[in-house]
Amino acid sequence: MEVDSMRLLASALAIGIGSIGPGLAIGMLGKGAMEAIGRNPEAESKIRVSMILAIAFAEAIAIYALVTALIVKFA
Amino acid sequence: MLHISLTGEAIAGIGPFPITNSLLTTWFVMATMTLLVLFVKSSIRTHPTKIQLAGEVIVESLYDLFEGVLHEKVKTFFPLLASFFLFIIISNWIGLLPGIGSIGIVEKETLHEQVAPDQMQEEEKLIPFLRAPTADLNTTLGLALISFITLQYYGLKTLGATYLKKFINISSPINFYVGLLEIISEFGKIVSFGFRLFGNIFAGEVLLTVIAFLVPILAPIPFIGLELFVGLIQALVFSMLTAVFLSTAVTVEEH
Repeated sequence: MEVDSMRLLASALAIGIGSIGPGLAIGMLGKGAMEAIGRNPEAESKIRVSMILAIAFAEAIAIYALVTALIVKFA
Repeated sequence: MLHISLTGEAIAGIGPFPITNSLLTTWFVMATMTLLVLFVKSSIRTHPTKIQLAGEVIVESLYDLFEGVLHEKVKTFFPLLASFFLFIIISNWIGLLPGIGSIGIVEKETLHEQVAPDQMQEEEKLIPFLRAPTADLNTTLGLALISFITLQYYGLKTLGATYLKKFINISSPINFYVGLLEIISEFGKIVSFGFRLFGNIFAGEVLLTVIAFLVPILAPIPFIGLELFVGLIQALVFSMLTAVFLSTAVTVEEH
């Protein structure tokens, strides 16, 4: 296989496989937060802030995969 | 084919120091912030004007937000955190303005991959004059370093030797190992702060470029809305995470 086609494949796989975990994690976080809001609607603003923070942590992993993909593709 | 650059490109230089397009935009952002602050400051009256009220709404809502995390310590850290938030949000949104990233010099570049001289291809690439500051890793890593050094400084200042005990603890092998992990995760903060912001904003720019390349009319509009939202969330995440880490760094751990 040529180097260029291997590069394309590697960057696509890096972001594709790397997004599975964070995707699941963000889904679970959203589910948990919504259940919590359903049980206690008054705490919505507090739950929202901590949910966004937790999502940022999960999303960081997807961003690492993205950075790896970009480095494989361009550098 | 599309030309996407991972880093800022030099458009001028002072001696050996290149001035990249993202650095130029950073100066624009700084000038905008300074002028805005001076403008709002000059319009402060006893009977508040509309401009003053708008400024107060921004500052007060930010203050309340950080007070929820830092409680009574918010007064010390509010200037830093609010500057982080405002600088990052303006930097993120400035990249969405028309003309930024699309006006520039066209430069011809010979592709080096083809070896045979009759196959030499010339590729035209656009070097934009302006580029969103946070779409450059140098800016985001710089912000991450400011955040990291502030964390260490205030941790040491308020807790003294107790703060170091978190990292170097020889009371038992397990605690020593935990300390090592703490050191690694402390340095991991720089990487995750820098790359999270850079990745989100850069990915947004790439997304907008690709969508505009595929469907030039109407299709990019919802994505621009999405990028406005991402820009706000990332500014919030950066300043909130700094606030959370600061509040853990300056509180004494209880067991």
